[in-house]
Amino acid sequence: MPFNTPTSPHQLAPTSITRVMVMVMLALIPGIIAYVWFFGWGVVINICIALVTALSCEALILKLRQRPLTPSLSDGSAALTAILIALTLPPLSPWWLTVIGVAFAIIIAKQLYGGLGFNPFNPAMVGYVMLLISFPREMTSWIPPSALADNSLDFLETALFILFHTLPDGVTFDALTEATPLDSLKTHIALGNTVDEVRAQLGLDEEASRVLSVIPIFGAIGGKGWEWIGGGFLLGGLWLIYKKVISWHIPVAMLGSLLAMSSIFYLIDPEHYATPMFHLFSGAAMLGAFFIATDPVTAAASNRGKIIYGCGIGIFTYVIRTWGGYPDAVAFAVLLLNMCAPLIDHYFKSSVFGHKKG
Amino acid sequence: MLTSILALSALALVFGLILGFAAIRFKVEGDPLVEQIDAQLPQTQCGQCGFPGCRPYAEAIASEDAEINQCPPGGEATIYALADLLDREPLPLNPDNGAESVKTVAFIDEQTCIGCTLCIQACPVDAILGAAKQMHTIIESECTGCDLCLPPCPVDCIEMIEIKEDMLTWKWPYPQEPAANSQQEIST
Amino acid sequence: MNSGNTEAKLWDFHGGVHPEQNKLQSTMESSAPARMPEKLILPLHQHIGAAAEPIVEVGDQVLKGQKIASADGYVSASVHAPTSGKVIDISEHPIPHPSGLSALSIVIETDGHDEWIEYRAEQDYTETNPSHLRNIIREAGVVGLGGAGFPSFIKLNPGSQKKIKTLILNGVECEPYITCDDMLMREDPQSIIAGARIMRHALQAEECVIAIEDNKPQAYESICHAAKGIAGLRVARVPTRYPQGSEKQLVQVITGKEVPSNGLAVSIGVVCHNVSTAAAIYRAIHLGQPLISRMVTITGAAVKRPRNLEVLFGTPIEELLQQCEVESKQIERLVMGGPMMGFALHDSSLPVIKTTNCIIAVTRKELGLEQAVMPCIRCGACADVCPVKLLPQQLYWHSRAKEFDKAQEYDLFDCIECGCCSYVCPSNIPLVQFYRFAKGAIWTQEQEQKKSDQARERHEFRQTRIEREKQEREAKRAKKKAPRAKKAAAPKAPPVDGAKMAEKMRDEAMSQRDSAVEARKAEIQAAVARVKAKKERATVQAGDATSITPAAPSKGDADKKNDSSSASDNNEQVQ
Repeated sequence: MPFNTPTSPHQLAPTSITRVMVMVMLALIPGIIAYVWFFGWGVVINICIALVTALSCEALILKLRQRPLTPSLSDGSAALTAILIALTLPPLSPWWLTVIGVAFAIIIAKQLYGGLGFNPFNPAMVGYVMLLISFPREMTSWIPPSALADNSLDFLETALFILFHTLPDGVTFDALTEATPLDSLKTHIALGNTVDEVRAQLGLDEEASRVLSVIPIFGAIGGKGWEWIGGGFLLGGLWLIYKKVISWHIPVAMLGSLLAMSSIFYLIDPEHYATPMFHLFSGAAMLGAFFIATDPVTAAASNRGKIIYGCGIGIFTYVIRTWGGYPDAVAFAVLLLNMCAPLIDHYFKSSVFGHKKG
Repeated sequence: MLTSILALSALALVFGLILGFAAIRFKVEGDPLVEQIDAQLPQTQCGQCGFPGCRPYAEAIASEDAEINQCPPGGEATIYALADLLDREPLPLNPDNGAESVKTVAFIDEQTCIGCTLCIQACPVDAILGAAKQMHTIIESECTGCDLCLPPCPVDCIEMIEIKEDMLTWKWPYPQEPAANSQQEIST
Repeated sequence: MNSGNTEAKLWDFHGGVHPEQNKLQSTMESSAPARMPEKLILPLHQHIGAAAEPIVEVGDQVLKGQKIASADGYVSASVHAPTSGKVIDISEHPIPHPSGLSALSIVIETDGHDEWIEYRAEQDYTETNPSHLRNIIREAGVVGLGGAGFPSFIKLNPGSQKKIKTLILNGVECEPYITCDDMLMREDPQSIIAGARIMRHALQAEECVIAIEDNKPQAYESICHAAKGIAGLRVARVPTRYPQGSEKQLVQVITGKEVPSNGLAVSIGVVCHNVSTAAAIYRAIHLGQPLISRMVTITGAAVKRPRNLEVLFGTPIEELLQQCEVESKQIERLVMGGPMMGFALHDSSLPVIKTTNCIIAVTRKELGLEQAVMPCIRCGACADVCPVKLLPQQLYWHSRAKEFDKAQEYDLFDCIECGCCSYVCPSNIPLVQFYRFAKGAIWTQEQEQKKSDQARERHEFRQTRIEREKQEREAKRAKKKAPRAKKAAAPKAPPVDGAKMAEKMRDEAMSQRDSAVEARKAEIQAAVARVKAKKERATVQAGDATSITPAAPSKGDADKKNDSSSASDNNEQVQ
């Protein structure tokens, strides 16, 4: 009786790319919940717009490349890229900003290089950086934590603003927007204030803020609201490590080197350098450490290489944040290290069994 | 102005001397490129490329008198190896010289052989054992399958037999990847 | 010197996976002998090394245990008749091999009497010279029964290098589904222990360790009980993880040392054998019986009564499936070996050979949903599980691109093809297949390079030989010319005569040569005509009969011989 002869192994572990991507998306949920709590529904709407854009762009390109649609669309990688981009954009970004960013990321940064697994640069970061450079005004129009702002929008109002740029009566755009903590800190230090002064001005409690009608954006350790979001992503990231979806090397290396760099400078001059905790819990540090830098396609391959890679990102993040031109630097640091990843892989190979001397 | 002219001339002189010295002191006899090209060729010595043997063909390639796609026994693998070595574009095998075919060895039908030694003279690697009026036989392990012995044989007693795969020569094939996003299979 | 089962230190190996065991099904019943089949197909190449040479002919009656094929060379093994019967065929038959090719096999029609040949047992192995012991094992055709089939007597030779410190008996059986070693350890531990002692004597090893995974508690108890009180013998319980049973990994776990990359375990004083091989050695020495059968696990969801059978070599697999009540329609894939490293068989009529440890009849449900192969996402899960600490990802990229030298830089040939990397790959890439392909391609390249180098040498030698012959001929001609010229120069009287004489001689030589050439041509033409005629006769005969037989040597050939001899003197010149 004849049979087919496929090759060993004939038993496979129950993993798949879809499963990996879905777990990463699940791990993002605590952070997203904190985000919505503090900054309103904008991020959810942005995520929806991004998902639709990403999947349609991917489908379009796959059709042009004459590849089967179902396996690639259902693997969840385009969806994950979309969600990550949406998380890095300001909550009230106009819809076209999201669309352009996501389309660029999927089409240029991913599919043009050959699709999943072949891109040298992290597509989400490429999309974000392209938007940041091309549309600086829209990209720096963040809103203050809604628990404190007088003008916070509900779901429908947010949707209307994002899609049609209409605001409810009595609310102006300028009243809505506020810089991020990182941005404020950078600007004020450049103006000559010390860290403590900035925190004093902008880190008031609710009572004092109402009296002085200043919106505080500095919380206990990081930016107000941002520290919770960072905490959410930290939880999600630790769960991913526990589930062995990502390894501990890159997050530990990145956060460790960021901690080290910020500690050194904070100890040297606490007046002009922010605390290490501030750096760890502001901006995209946590999101970057667990979700962006760990993107397997663009990171280093061996464990030793991953540590070098993570350290590089941490160091560059601190350097650009402190002395560079942009308030948040995770995206740039990640892209710079993406460029170095093949070199790191070439020089950092693990020792093989049986090759030790003696 | 004058100083710059003098400086550049001096530099040119110095470098010229160094190069001249190097050309004499480190001169390499013969053309190593030909050796390297010859190392890639299959040494069938069949002449299908139009040259009397593999070494003349290698020399022709080195002096750019011949293209790298003339060798049927070497096939695509050789073309790609040569393209890599010489940094030239790989071309498809020239069909005028023959097609890439399975490896064969010659076999003499001993009932028919008349012992004329014409095939022995024709074999470029001396793979035929025999003497005048003695039985001729092919040394299977040395035969390269060039079939230069077939035309001279007056009684047409030599045939080319395909080397069949057996358990020892079988190798795992290149895995077919019916993948969703995979690139085209590299046809080396 | 420990005895019994004292817990000694164990080391760990990198990576490894925990696939589902699926061993319980086949250990519910005790093992049983397989039913006697009508015929046995015995391939002559059931082991690593050169194929055995048949020493019987079609029509011979053979007895059980009689040698029917002799080992060819040092690395080779003999084949013995598993039962009595008649040899009915010696020709190419399909063999259980991933290629699906055929190889020379001896087919025996069994007569049901199961009559043993006379055999002699070795009374006391401790008195016997280890070299003699190895010879007996060699004659008995014992090969490694763990799956590789390396002739065991070679691995019982310590060699001149080092003292053997540890003999490890591999009772680990780390692959899922396989339970033949487990059952043997439960049911017949004495033969394993006795075999271990023989092997230790042959190797002059200091100690012997029997390693058993902790998912086999009954086997562990059974072996501990049988090993009690024997000096220099201990049992080690190792944690369950695949591929614990791989020789290099097991050596690392038991001794803490890494077998060097290009070397063998024996170079660090360790030798590793399978427990079933130990039992076979016991039978060969103590009972004088050659290797003619082995325990095979028949399992898989398509099998209604999965269990272990003691099977004679050459038994067609479909008979075993029938005995275990298999639902043939449900079989989606038939695997020989385990699910991690076994290969799929293309037909169920293939015979069981010395290296067949397990047959899995897999159903579609058991295989699970077929997943598409996606591109590599460089997740690194493969590197995390590789027991040899390779970078399977890089090996994959380079093997796929056929960049073989780069693949070798990443130590491709250290890969043990365990399948852990393919097992965990979320993109379902058949990683091990790429490595197998790359290894084969590199071997082929090396062989072809050797061949072409040799051809080049022969060609260049030929060129120099022809040059030399030409020069010799030139020299000869020059020599011949010189005296003639002298002769012509000395007697000044008839210089013209001399020249004329030379001319004449040259002309004579030429005409002689021409006539010789003519004669040659005529002879050749005659031969061609004869051959043509012969061919025509042959084709006519083919038209009449079904088989083409070469024409019988006729008077024509005798004539040919005579004609050739007359022209022999002229042959040299014609050349």
